[in-house]
Amino acid sequence: MGHTITEKILAAHAGKDEVNPGEHIVANVDFMVANDVTAPISINIIDDINNAKIKNEQIALVPDHFTPNKDIKSAENVKKMREFSKKHKVKYFFETGRCGVEHCMLPEKGLVVPGDFVIGADSHTCTYGAIGCVSTGVGSTDLAGALLTGKIWIRVPETIKLEYTGKLKEWVFGKDLILMTLKNLGNVAAIYKSLEFTGSTIAELSIYQRLTMSNMAVEAGAKNGIFPLDKITEEYVKDRAKRSYKMYQSDDDAEYSDVRKFDVSELDPQVSLPHLPSNAESIKNIGKIEIDQVFIGSCTNGWYEDLEIAAKILKGKKVAPSTRLIIAPPTPAIYMKALKNGLLEIFGESEAVIGPPTCGPCLGGHMGVLAAGEKAVATTNRNFVGRMGHYESEVYLSNPAVAAASAIAGRIAHPEEVL
Amino acid sequence: MDKIRGKVWKFGDDIDTDVIIPARYLNMTDPGELAAHLFEPVRGEHFDEIVNKGDIVVGGDNFGCGSSREHAPIAIKASGVSCVIAKTFARIFYRNSFNIGLPLIVQPKAAEEIKEGDTLDVNLEEGLIKNESSGKEYSFPSLEGMMLKLIEYKGLMSYILNEGYN
Repeated sequence: MGHTITEKILAAHAGKDEVNPGEHIVANVDFMVANDVTAPISINIIDDINNAKIKNEQIALVPDHFTPNKDIKSAENVKKMREFSKKHKVKYFFETGRCGVEHCMLPEKGLVVPGDFVIGADSHTCTYGAIGCVSTGVGSTDLAGALLTGKIWIRVPETIKLEYTGKLKEWVFGKDLILMTLKNLGNVAAIYKSLEFTGSTIAELSIYQRLTMSNMAVEAGAKNGIFPLDKITEEYVKDRAKRSYKMYQSDDDAEYSDVRKFDVSELDPQVSLPHLPSNAESIKNIGKIEIDQVFIGSCTNGWYEDLEIAAKILKGKKVAPSTRLIIAPPTPAIYMKALKNGLLEIFGESEAVIGPPTCGPCLGGHMGVLAAGEKAVATTNRNFVGRMGHYESEVYLSNPAVAAASAIAGRIAHPEEVL
Repeated sequence: MDKIRGKVWKFGDDIDTDVIIPARYLNMTDPGELAAHLFEPVRGEHFDEIVNKGDIVVGGDNFGCGSSREHAPIAIKASGVSCVIAKTFARIFYRNSFNIGLPLIVQPKAAEEIKEGDTLDVNLEEGLIKNESSGKEYSFPSLEGMMLKLIEYKGLMSYILNEGYN
């Protein structure tokens, strides 16, 4: 019997010839990541152990959630990470100014490479599936365990194969594919499982749109979301990879627990209505929804390519007087590229506010929190109750083109309505 | 293993980690401080003050979905809650709970029928939930393998430090 990419990578990391779904294995971890929310708890655990030695070259500590430090408590957490990094000679600690959103930083810096098994104390660690890693989110205790041992126990997941065919319409992107897929899968079908994104539509998608899709695999409850590797992957990783890499492919006779096929040629931009990412609707069916705020950024949809899409729509236009637009390029490199290429000028001219690289607004942390009754369109990944602020605020998830168009219109709008 | 007996606090489907502990409190790490904001979006402030030690949370499908924040099971445990019963759990929340020694039980029928305020007696070794209020009993597969070890050792770190991974 053949195996999926995920099974092959897990087998290689468990020192086995093959592994099968349902099996519990102990796997060697290639790389780890934690942020200013999750790392402090891991650090407390490790500090309680006498003479603890950690895998200091296999971890990135990325203070991205409440930075630039929002308040004293947040500053203390980042200080704890900084001091821990110094004490344990952690190779990758990213200080503010050199720090960005973790799931953009790690691929950008080549710290995660195809064939890796990566764990991160953040649910969106599944992002790296787009570049051929098996990567999954864990909690702080799991991370502490792996920091000490270099290993983690894991259940080998069944894989659901998702096959997309058809040419995408203009203004339809990876984000729309994943929102539509979340609705199709519902909230339970993919729990503990792996998603494998395949098909002719996927083969045409840029690496960034693939990253958007794998980023949201966790919203279906999945352990990971992975893409077949091709020239687009190799083009992205070859000059940035910090380690040697291996390109795995699924066998033709690999077994899948479910196969779902989608013809996406007629798909319109999707909007996930409050309060679940799976609550996706075609933008043409949602009626008139006036909005107070738009946020473009995050580990989901803040890539340079996403900012370019937004700039195309915002150029020469103004944000509606009733609406505020916040754009936060997620890494310093993306910020600088957007600056040099004039994107930030376009955003400023449109009367958007440009934020620093941070997770802040996405999770209602800081730099763009919603008041009671306010509605926001966000290019992020979650629209849970109170996600971006007050419990009586609402978040609508969309792609960056819809987000930019909505900022101009002051209501949720298709890009064609403002161009 | 500790005996589990307590009153039920009932929740619905898709109880996400932002509902369990809103993100703006994630700059805290102290279990007691986190417990003070447990379930705040749906139960209001200071829910932990009306929870008695041993009480049991019962949810629907996809309990604990969303973020990897261990603050969620930490807040639940610190409030005095002894275990969570649900139809299904999100996987990171599932791991996190066992990793800190908070047992979770998957029992869809029990999760459906048990009502807020019922008193339950739960035996993890036998795999039995007794609803003292309704007289009904529900069995579930008793814990085995890694999950049993995590509860016996009251969490992952104690397991790793005592047994290691081999």
